[in-house]
Amino acid sequence: MVETVRIIPRLDIKGPNLVKGIHLEGLRVMGDPDQFARYYYENGADELFYMDVVASLYERNSLESIISKTAKSVFIPITVGGGIRSTQDIRNALKAGADKVCLNTAAIKNPSLIKEASSQFGSSTIVVAIEAIKQKDGKYLCFIDNGREHTGIEAVQWAQQVEELGAGELVITSVDREGTGEGYDIELVRAISSKVGIPVIAHGGAGSPEDIFNVIDQAGVTAVTLASSLHYGCIEGKVFNSEGVRVEGNTTFLGSGKKFNKIKPTSIKEIKTYLRDKDVPCRL
Amino acid sequence: MSKAKKIAIIDYGLGNLFSVLQACKELGADAEITSDLNKIKNSDGMILPGVGAFGQAMQNLEALGITNVLKDEVANGKSLFGVCLGLQLLFTESEEFGRSEGLNLIPGKVKKFPSETIDHNRLRVPQIAWNKIYACTSEMWQSSPLKSLPDGEFMYFVHSYYVQPEDKKCALTKTTYGGYDYYSSVQKDNIFAVQFHPEKSGPKGLEIYNNWLSSLK
Repeated sequence: MVETVRIIPRLDIKGPNLVKGIHLEGLRVMGDPDQFARYYYENGADELFYMDVVASLYERNSLESIISKTAKSVFIPITVGGGIRSTQDIRNALKAGADKVCLNTAAIKNPSLIKEASSQFGSSTIVVAIEAIKQKDGKYLCFIDNGREHTGIEAVQWAQQVEELGAGELVITSVDREGTGEGYDIELVRAISSKVGIPVIAHGGAGSPEDIFNVIDQAGVTAVTLASSLHYGCIEGKVFNSEGVRVEGNTTFLGSGKKFNKIKPTSIKEIKTYLRDKDVPCRL
Repeated sequence: MSKAKKIAIIDYGLGNLFSVLQACKELGADAEITSDLNKIKNSDGMILPGVGAFGQAMQNLEALGITNVLKDEVANGKSLFGVCLGLQLLFTESEEFGRSEGLNLIPGKVKKFPSETIDHNRLRVPQIAWNKIYACTSEMWQSSPLKSLPDGEFMYFVHSYYVQPEDKKCALTKTTYGGYDYYSSVQKDNIFAVQFHPEKSGPKGLEIYNNWLSSLK
């Protein structure tokens, strides 16, 4: 029984810009997040996932004005993460137009926040991100502060605890694969997805539509999130005029005309057509 | 639209009302998020949204004095549009956390999805997905705010519970999850209510809001 799968563009935000890194580091400016968000909305995105990638590091929330602008004209679900530390932060994010919020750092530092938040706002509003790095002994351990800080917490056990605490959904990031285009870490995603009953979103490593098919087919997930190959698809397709790119931040990559190694620029339509040809139901 | 319709989006402290308000505004309605009883009474139409726990929602509605106003206004013929938890609250009772009583505007129960699919695989709950809505009868569909949509359109769903109306005549659409068919929207006189989120379902979802707004007297 295969359910309809969701393709969720992920928008990593730093300051006013859409950025993209490798292993969550080395951020490069992609452009104006609002332009990308609208484009994805108009071209088949099932949801949008925003992450303020430096918020928890600097303990600040800069995403709200970006969300408010987008949410006025984008009528699909929007999840917001990064630097959300309290039920008040959650309330503010929802007020700004988010439908769901994503917790990671604050949830690990204070697991009772998950329980408190899910009973107050409903389980389906609370998404928990698990950013995992594979260890030499094969175990996956959780990291916080956007993949920088070691916690020693085992990823599968944490996922089960998070479900018990009332989270409605999980996003599983392979920090090892993130931004590389080497494919999702199927072993990691399957290990978690087979142990929980809530929906799981796979993240980190998508380089082609085939990678997306593989994680859906082999890891039992019904949702994926991806950034690079969609953003590159927009940039290569010259979807936007140059006004979308701001001067602040590292823009040398955009100007360099470099190729993207293992990451194949693609579109949501191309991904969904590929999946449908392989009998994976999706909204096309 | 000749004159902007006054819409009361009922605020009882649960769920995200931002997108419901944006949808109404986008379509030119004079909408307001409110728990003010007079504003609810003076509106041209009422929207009961909501995400969260059934029991808590009923407690809040009761404490705010909204329960009786809502029932009176519906009895007087005012249109009510329920969304997600706002659909479930219209029913007699829910099995969420034991048993909770609802508004009883539509006789029936609210049940939880099982944890297994019909062919004994894991069923992920909540259902968080775009899923298809199918007409129970084409007459009902045509007389509802869904009328301009193709049968089988995708809508966005987020829920762990589903409704079981006693009288199948009020069942408007069917949806399948984990191999189980359930009712994903109902229509009874001046009540129209949906399990999915039209305000999160792109242009087709907005069309539903537009059709409902246009139907208001």
